[in-house]
Amino acid sequence: MSPLLAAAERVWGLCFRHLALYRRSPPRVIELMYWPILQMVVWGFVTAYLAGLQNNVASAAAGVLLGGVLLWEAALRSQMGFSLSFLEEIWSRNLGHLLVSPIRPAELVAALMAMSLIRTLVGVLPAMGLAFLLYAFNILAIGPVLVLFFAALIVMGWAVALGVTSMILRWGAGAEALAWSVLFGLTPFACVFYPVSVLPGWLQPVALLLPAAHVFEGMRAALIEGRTASGHLAAAWALNAAWIAGMAALFLAQLRAARLRGALLSIGE
Amino acid sequence: MTALLVENLTKRYRPDRPPAVEGLSFSLPRGATLGLLGGNGAGKTTTIAMLLGLLLPTSGRILALGHDMATDRFAALARMNFSSPYIALPHRISVRENLQVYGHLYNVRGLSARIARLAEELQLTEFLDRPAGELSAGQKTRVALAKALINTPELLLLDEPTASLDPDTADWVRTRLEAYREETGCAILLASHNMAEVERLCGHVLMLKQGRVVDQGAPARLVARYGREDLEQVFLDIARGTRAEGVA
Repeated sequence: MSPLLAAAERVWGLCFRHLALYRRSPPRVIELMYWPILQMVVWGFVTAYLAGLQNNVASAAAGVLLGGVLLWEAALRSQMGFSLSFLEEIWSRNLGHLLVSPIRPAELVAALMAMSLIRTLVGVLPAMGLAFLLYAFNILAIGPVLVLFFAALIVMGWAVALGVTSMILRWGAGAEALAWSVLFGLTPFACVFYPVSVLPGWLQPVALLLPAAHVFEGMRAALIEGRTASGHLAAAWALNAAWIAGMAALFLAQLRAARLRGALLSIGE
Repeated sequence: MTALLVENLTKRYRPDRPPAVEGLSFSLPRGATLGLLGGNGAGKTTTIAMLLGLLLPTSGRILALGHDMATDRFAALARMNFSSPYIALPHRISVRENLQVYGHLYNVRGLSARIARLAEELQLTEFLDRPAGELSAGQKTRVALAKALINTPELLLLDEPTASLDPDTADWVRTRLEAYREETGCAILLASHNMAEVERLCGHVLMLKQGRVVDQGAPARLVARYGREDLEQVFLDIARGTRAEGVA
């Protein structure tokens, strides 16, 4: 077996472990879809209300709101999908077995990314479908560039999740609350529902360090002006590359530090 | 041939505290079983964690199956395995799924046949499709053993393999381990508090106290040297710092 195929099989092995868990637990699958759909329904009513108030401007604004909700859910689900899959190994006291198997850290990360992608698609695609059925909001109207926006947010979710898992490796299970909260804390700076220009001047450079801020600027350009904001798209991907490289280095450093301190022996306790 | 070579292994968690393991050296030939004995805090878990690459040593060298664990641990890990009652397998998925997961992680060829064979040998067939968390302690131990044997390891590290088992099941597990060693020439490192188990399985034991080897040898020789009736009394002598008269 070639080294590449062997690595792919190890990644599949870890994905299979999580997929087997979902196959046996319908509530877990429902939970994946619950929040994205709930968010979409709430913001859908806000959209309908705004559209009823004023037809022209508010309709565009309402579309931006729903588009923002659906795309931001992609980032949230991506980050949680990665972090919670990692935490699942800690909760089931299985991390020790994994880390003494031949699976490499990069393969572990690849498997967590794959599970994150699956969880995100299962969570967000039904919400996108329902947005169309209930509120006639078609996020595909953004155009083919939607795929690049969507992917950029998923990758940003992975970068944040690598940071979260690094904190868990550093601080133990006590840091697990970060898996739910950290990306929510970034929402104001991601400029999901308003342009970056709304922020105070000193805060705008901070926001523009986040790939999400560029994605949502690009989404608004597509929905309101019907154009592709290539500059924002390129910036989002360049920032993603930098963030993912930095967070991957942090993850590897924390994994090594945990092996040095002996933290892996007691991380779930 | 040597399956495991440990040279001057030391682990110090903090500079202001005594080392958890200090200057540990030993070798484990293929086909042999080595016992690692010591009271709580003697350094057994720390040693096993270093042998598995889960913990980085402060100094010293580990060669497992010819691979340096500091630089080439994944090549060794693919040919090793490990079992401990203190590290669980995912309990919400079935026994078969657990074995499939680890079969893939260890790149096992002919995985279905391997699982079927292990299930038959370790008497898992009847609960192969039940969630691992619903099994009794004895059944879980057999599943953990199946996971540890999934890749037909050449080096097996076992931490308390029969803890919390009734005497009959424990005896059955020991018999399986002996049979596996005979069949494959696997080297086994065993950490246990069960002295009868160590006397039965191990050709050589290391007695650890406060991270150091304080004595070692074949169980029968240690018993004779300490003028005791069994290894448990030798263990107590060492743990309490008492020695029978006439022992050097």
